[in-house]
Amino acid sequence: MGIVKARKLAFDYVKLDEEGRVESRSRAVDDVDLDVQAGDFIAILGHNGSGKSTLAKHINALLVPTEGTLFVDGKDTRDESKIWEIRQTAGMVFQNPDNQIIGTIVDEDVGFGPENMGIPREEIWQRVEESLKSVGMWEYRSHSPNKLSGGQKQRVAIAGVVAMRPKCIVLDEPTAMLDPNGRKEVIRTVRELNRREHVTVILITHYMEEVIQADKVFVMEQGKIVMQGTPREVFSHVEELKERRLDVPQVTLTAHELQKAGVPLPNGILTIDELAEELRKVRKS
Amino acid sequence: MAIRIEHLNYVYNEGMAFEKHAVRDVSLEIPDGQFIGIIGHTGSGKSTLIQHLNGLMRATSGTIYYNEENIYAKDYRMKDLRSRVGLVFQYPEYQLFETDVFTDVCFGPKNLGLSGEETEARAYEALRLVGLKEKYYRKSPFELSGGQKRRAAIAGILAMKPEVLVLDEPTAGLDPRGRDDILDQIAKLHKEQRITVILVSHSMEDIARYVERIIVMNQGQVMYDDTPRRVFAHYKELEQVGLAAPQVTYLMQALHDQGWPVKTDAATVEEAAGEILRALKNG
Repeated sequence: MGIVKARKLAFDYVKLDEEGRVESRSRAVDDVDLDVQAGDFIAILGHNGSGKSTLAKHINALLVPTEGTLFVDGKDTRDESKIWEIRQTAGMVFQNPDNQIIGTIVDEDVGFGPENMGIPREEIWQRVEESLKSVGMWEYRSHSPNKLSGGQKQRVAIAGVVAMRPKCIVLDEPTAMLDPNGRKEVIRTVRELNRREHVTVILITHYMEEVIQADKVFVMEQGKIVMQGTPREVFSHVEELKERRLDVPQVTLTAHELQKAGVPLPNGILTIDELAEELRKVRKS
Repeated sequence: MAIRIEHLNYVYNEGMAFEKHAVRDVSLEIPDGQFIGIIGHTGSGKSTLIQHLNGLMRATSGTIYYNEENIYAKDYRMKDLRSRVGLVFQYPEYQLFETDVFTDVCFGPKNLGLSGEETEARAYEALRLVGLKEKYYRKSPFELSGGQKRRAAIAGILAMKPEVLVLDEPTAGLDPRGRDDILDQIAKLHKEQRITVILVSHSMEDIARYVERIIVMNQGQVMYDDTPRRVFAHYKELEQVGLAAPQVTYLMQALHDQGWPVKTDAATVEEAAGEILRALKNG
């Protein structure tokens, strides 16, 4: 059984007028099937307004489907009695680090989640220590969050989610407001959590270089999943990605340009080493 | 006609415990009509530097000349300078405050003391230049998407008809489509209106595609000031200060290290592919 399982999921944003009558509906997620296995690292790509954030908010029951179903760890998100269990199973990290840190000291902020779950005091501190260490922010435990860099703040926010020991973490464009160093820090942290602690990761982003190491990539457009597969499969379709005006890593693009000029290269080259290796073969023959 | 910066220094909280020397002895010449990129990691002093260009911040020491006039001279009209050097901040859409987009764009020219007619004419022109469709002119800024809001905010600056346009990370937080639209629009403005454009960015890939000159800032100082190709040749030094060259630079370097007869200074995908093809043909 997958940890996140969506069947024909659809969601409408409903606009009401002053008397509470339905004024308009707009479909943000449309007929989405999604299967995520425990321990997977999956990435969801798409432009603003493609429905990817709306879909993400379903995974910890901030939103419930208008049509279709979503099961998180076997629990139906429409079942209100399960809502707290679902939220502890799937934690969320958002785009703006300044909007999700509430504590005045780093360790207090990380302790907020477990404290709210009614965890005994001693265990809270134990969890705070573990989670701050897992994101590499333990040395900053007594700092004030507002003196940290963007990347460090995001890592604290991730520690706050990790302290609740979720099986699954959903990150909604966690690097969009960070500089290149901050972006690398956050992605490295997330990847390690996935590898070491086998936390399921659902990463929403529009930076292509962040999805190359994912197990599976989904591309969304106008509420629908329009492409899916391993990174290599998805990046084999350079022309389609360009048509959808998504970014393609420069190495993949260079390989594509060379292919067009008649150089016999395979599709879906993702790294510099791969391209160098393939070019070596071409040169030999 | 140009901007000339001479030995500029800026110190935050001078004489206090939190004193920080943000800009150190920077001297630069910015001729008219150039398209310049300024890069540097967070805290390198790039935002502090650009805020001096329209007199928003006053140097601790050093001088800035705009068209050969010292902007720190007693009788210098700072207000003039602010309309000639337009500064677009990071996340400028947070500064939209009027009830509709059009009124917001009118704010700048109105404050310059222009007539109502002239103000409106300029607002229309600016909104057209940023490529915002007419159906959005009377909408509240809140009804626009992130990319549209940003265009509206940039239009607000363009309506003052600046000679120099300075943009601090104009694409931060936008998706790839929004990013390309904004950058293409800026490049078009540069070409058609012949204004000087100074673009502050974290993204080497973006900058490499558009600018003719890159200024790299590190610890408040100018580390490199050259063409993109020549700046990226220092990719190892760039990494040491928390920056990186475009991915193609690394690709060419890797091929070169494996004995390929290729030049390593490609800054864009087209240049890299061309160089590899050339090497393949020659043997």
